[in-house]
Amino acid sequence: MSSSTTATAAPARSWASDKLFLGLPFWEYLKSLATPGNFLAGLIMAIGVPLIAYRFIFGLGAATNLSQTNPWGIWIGFDMLSGVALAAGGYTLATSVYIFGLEKYHPVVRPAVLTGFLGYLFAVLGLMADLGRPWNLPVPIFFSWGGPSVMFEIAWCVVLYLTVLGMEFLPPVFEWLGWPKARLWAVRMTIGLTVFGVMLSTLHQSSLGGLFLMAPTKLHPLWYSPFIPAYFFISSIAAGLSMVIVESALSHRAFESRIDHKTDINGIALGLARGASIVLFAYFFVKLQGVADGGRWALLATPYGYWFLVEMLGFILLPSMLFAYGARHSHVTLVRWTAAWTVLGIIVNRLNVSVIAMNWNVPDRYFPSVMEVMVSITLVTIGVSTFRWIVNRMPVLNELPEYRDSASH
Amino acid sequence: MKLNRRTFFKMAGAAGAVALAPTTKAAAATNAEVLDAARRGVLVDTTKCIGCRACEAACAEANTLPGPAMLDDAAVFTKPRKTSTVSFTVVNQAAVATPARFVKRQCMHCVEPACASACLVRALDKTPTGPVVYHKDRCLGCRYCMVACPFDVPKYEYDSALPYVKKCTFCADRQARGEAPACTSVCPSGALTFGMRNELLDAARERLYAKDSPYVRHIFGEDEVGGTSWMYITDIPFEKLGMPAGLGSYAYSSLTQASLAAVPFVLTLWPPLLMGIYTFSKRRNEVGAHGSDAREEADHV
Repeated sequence: MSSSTTATAAPARSWASDKLFLGLPFWEYLKSLATPGNFLAGLIMAIGVPLIAYRFIFGLGAATNLSQTNPWGIWIGFDMLSGVALAAGGYTLATSVYIFGLEKYHPVVRPAVLTGFLGYLFAVLGLMADLGRPWNLPVPIFFSWGGPSVMFEIAWCVVLYLTVLGMEFLPPVFEWLGWPKARLWAVRMTIGLTVFGVMLSTLHQSSLGGLFLMAPTKLHPLWYSPFIPAYFFISSIAAGLSMVIVESALSHRAFESRIDHKTDINGIALGLARGASIVLFAYFFVKLQGVADGGRWALLATPYGYWFLVEMLGFILLPSMLFAYGARHSHVTLVRWTAAWTVLGIIVNRLNVSVIAMNWNVPDRYFPSVMEVMVSITLVTIGVSTFRWIVNRMPVLNELPEYRDSASH
Repeated sequence: MKLNRRTFFKMAGAAGAVALAPTTKAAAATNAEVLDAARRGVLVDTTKCIGCRACEAACAEANTLPGPAMLDDAAVFTKPRKTSTVSFTVVNQAAVATPARFVKRQCMHCVEPACASACLVRALDKTPTGPVVYHKDRCLGCRYCMVACPFDVPKYEYDSALPYVKKCTFCADRQARGEAPACTSVCPSGALTFGMRNELLDAARERLYAKDSPYVRHIFGEDEVGGTSWMYITDIPFEKLGMPAGLGSYAYSSLTQASLAAVPFVLTLWPPLLMGIYTFSKRRNEVGAHGSDAREEADHV
């Protein structure tokens, strides 16, 4: 492959201009930031960041609608549970490409790993806001081990997996910095990191569901099942695949100048849709198995049962069918909308388990406060902005020509 | 990373060895018996409680909490109250007109507490003699104990920027000095009996199965959630007392055991499985891309 066109960039530009300001002089770079999207992001952060400060000064009671009956709200249900599930694209795609050798999906591994890393990072930051004493976070790692606790397993896995994702993303960072030796060293770790990442993801994706095994009297019986760790793990694969389809479609629109136009993004979306269809189909039947196993059929004819059916039929079986139809008939638009619908469905499921079907039988119900919603929106906004910042600078969607032939990572 | 047949079998062998390692179940059973004999508890006989709330006042004093509100006011019983961050025990009146029955609520100090097995830092910890104690310095404030507790006992200081979990301590410090818990030591009617849990169970059975016994033939807390230190007997249905139903007679820590038991299997079986698949897929791709001779030079990962 020829790599002579862009290998030698104009040497006159400063390091900062080259690496940080997209090749522009500082003032021009600042001017280039004045876009409606950035304005909106800035506005959200200007409101949200002080709210996070408010929460730490005045406590959770002042900022949230949490109560003694409902100790977990959307900072757990959305930021943590949904965030981690939707960040599953990192391990799903890394496994497909590096372990299963499905080279076709190579172009979406880096964005998937980056999405995963940022997803976990902001899930953990969201957790910081939710924890009453976040400065004690080193306690379960170094000082006091609660071995029999599912939460202990999650804490370890998330800390380790965040590190793994960060290390998996080192090759593009070193390419950006222009450190080929460091990059080679980072690339050599790929397989080991991927295997370790799958181990950790299997454990904590399922254990996030396993948390709720301890609440048999509080979680509605249609959602409570001894199989709930399996539900969370299987659905995380569908979530990861769908998120990659959505994210790659948005990226190819938003980062027109960065993308590699030879990448067959439609073919990738159709292939991932095929996988997601099968996973959702399996997910539908293991969930159905839970209803049968627990003898819960009669509960389907109750208001919570109708809502359960909406989730089962509308957010699991329907997208499974639509993915299959779209993949078979090469209907990429349908596949992308279905992926977005599936992402929404996963969020609905995580909120059902942690908030909506939780404490369903007591009068004291939880509804998030405006501040809780704003903080969650702020975290997503900072996450998306960080993603944009990195993609605009580092070789995530595109390959640098000088590394194109050297290795497949 | 290079994986040949020999390293593959080494990894698979190691995985199998860990998976088959003998467990220490037998030792745990005898341990449980020893623990059972050392465990203290309280028997609450609701037929004897007169609703004087002296226990509430004693609790507040022992834990330096603000004293109970409306202490001599019967209006306090119009609605059932819950424990809070500043009142670790409350006495409620049962939802029956006659006979007037009262029930004292506090932490049940489960034999195998859900909160302690939920806690990732052992901030909530079961002591061998009974009390479930709170090591506040370790607490992260994740509130999983509150989700896990089937009795909704742990209460959280939401209004504080430096919040802790609050609940009845079973006066662990007083017990360590050989004293009875504050509430049981002031009870004037004999509704609360502090003692060895095994002996209290015997005493309860005697009352339940005596001739013409008015009691419901069930000791709440004997088996609920695997047994609790605080146990209740009554002559009206337990639901009328406001005791939770449908708790199950198993320890809630057992609910996550299967999930946690999978951890060593994932840790030991995933690597050889994935490395095996990797080896096959790599070979397949090499053969597909370069023909079978390209095996050595393509070893770039």
